[in-house]
Amino acid sequence: MSNSKVIQVEALTKMFGDFTAVNAITFDVEKGEIFGFLGANGAGKTTAMKMLIGISIPTSGAAKVAGFDVFTNAEDIKKNIGYMSQKFALYDDLTVRENITFFGGIYGLSRKRIKEKSNALIEELGLEEVANKLVGALPLGWKQKLSFSVALIHDPKIVFLDEPTGGVDPITRRQFWEMIYKAANQGTTVFVTTHYMDEAEYCDRVSIMVDGKIEALDTPKNLKAQFNAANMNDVFLKLARG
Amino acid sequence: MSISVVNISKSYKNVNALQDISFKVKEGELFGIIGPDGAGKTTLFRVLTTLLFTDKGSATVAGFDVVEDYKSIRNSVGYMPGKFSLYQDLTVEENLNFFATIFGTTIEANYDLIKDIYVQIEPFKNRRAGKLSGGMKQKLALCCALIHKPKVLFLDEPTTGVDPVSRKEFWDMLKRLQQKGITILVSTPYMDEAELCDRIALIQNGKILEINTPHAIVKHYTKPIYNVRANNMYQLINSLNAYEFNHSVYPFGEFVHYTDSRTDFNPDDLKAYLGTKNLSNLYIEKTIATIEDTFMELAK
Repeated sequence: MSNSKVIQVEALTKMFGDFTAVNAITFDVEKGEIFGFLGANGAGKTTAMKMLIGISIPTSGAAKVAGFDVFTNAEDIKKNIGYMSQKFALYDDLTVRENITFFGGIYGLSRKRIKEKSNALIEELGLEEVANKLVGALPLGWKQKLSFSVALIHDPKIVFLDEPTGGVDPITRRQFWEMIYKAANQGTTVFVTTHYMDEAEYCDRVSIMVDGKIEALDTPKNLKAQFNAANMNDVFLKLARG
Repeated sequence: MSISVVNISKSYKNVNALQDISFKVKEGELFGIIGPDGAGKTTLFRVLTTLLFTDKGSATVAGFDVVEDYKSIRNSVGYMPGKFSLYQDLTVEENLNFFATIFGTTIEANYDLIKDIYVQIEPFKNRRAGKLSGGMKQKLALCCALIHKPKVLFLDEPTTGVDPVSRKEFWDMLKRLQQKGITILVSTPYMDEAELCDRIALIQNGKILEINTPHAIVKHYTKPIYNVRANNMYQLINSLNAYEFNHSVYPFGEFVHYTDSRTDFNPDDLKAYLGTKNLSNLYIEKTIATIEDTFMELAK
């Protein structure tokens, strides 16, 4: 197995009773790649992602994430990845600094390291003024940037982002993507789901799930050529509508 | 006028949710409130559906005052809140019957209005609402908001978190409802949906940035915009951000939208500069502004 592949998935399947939520999906993700994981609501994205982050055991198939097997080493996966979702991000009743300390502690960082990381993070995000304010009082865009940084606090090999930019204003949404580019440029693999099709264009490669299967996987440029489409939105509509 | 809003302000503790908002919506119009989370969209909807008092200003909906005639408004509008608000433990059919009964009507009486939408969820009519998929919940909520044949329909972020296919279907449904004479006020954080409205108000931090037709709003963007592409997107963004003459640098799909602060901008200068930053496969070409460009320029 190649060292440059940080996610390797083969015929991964998840069934709930008679229903096949994820149907034998196969793909690899390279180190430092921005991988877009798209699909309609109910196509199986969340179920697939849950298997990859070690919180749902697959029915069959094989997958390695950050070098660890999803069946036997799920706990090791959790230590080596970061995860951010739109729904749960940070504790609103803790301050910015407390949130960073809390998540640093969860990932087993030393007190010294947490202090260094907190200061660096707060400075980088320009949060000096609000470092001791409750996160609940911050605007959504700041929360999301902070939440992304916290997901990277333990320098994970891969960060999973589940619709990270939903509802954010267009300027903040772009600043967020600049953070993603930066992380990828530093070697962190980014696995991201989104409903914004312009964001699909920012990915190195994109997969599109339809009814539990990966129906397309390529660079945005090749997908547009393959489906004779002007943009990713058209690719998506052509594929998902059948 | 179907909706008339005059100088409305509303504050919560230290947040000015709405600041001196005014606009009018004509009968049968599809009017969009376009803005991100926290812009004040939901507060505005709650004021217009008589669920919240304002601090200042006045508003009428379907000819009724939101304070004096609130009961008349409640009988003549349909409201689909952003958060799914039907009874999770009632079935699809029970929910619909419940809302019909509350308004003193029946499913049969206004079936023609909801038929197109209801047939899509009818196979699941005995399923509890809580067990429906996101797309089906959305369709049921729309049916319930329509069952008493409202004059004005309020839809608060009906497509947030919804995939592009379902979003397109939803907008097709709205167009058909509009043709039946219903005035629709719809909010969305998706800028691409703005083009589907007759007129839009761009809103941010409780203030309206601009109101007009989507076409006119885009026309107001006067600066020339350039599509820029290179072999490395991250380097390109960094280099453009570091360029002393930039006015705005925003990633837009496969390109970066670039505007220059100079009036006599020559793209060749930019090309030469980017060349010194080890970027290759450079592509710079003029493009046209989108609603999103305009929004960002106004919000800057």
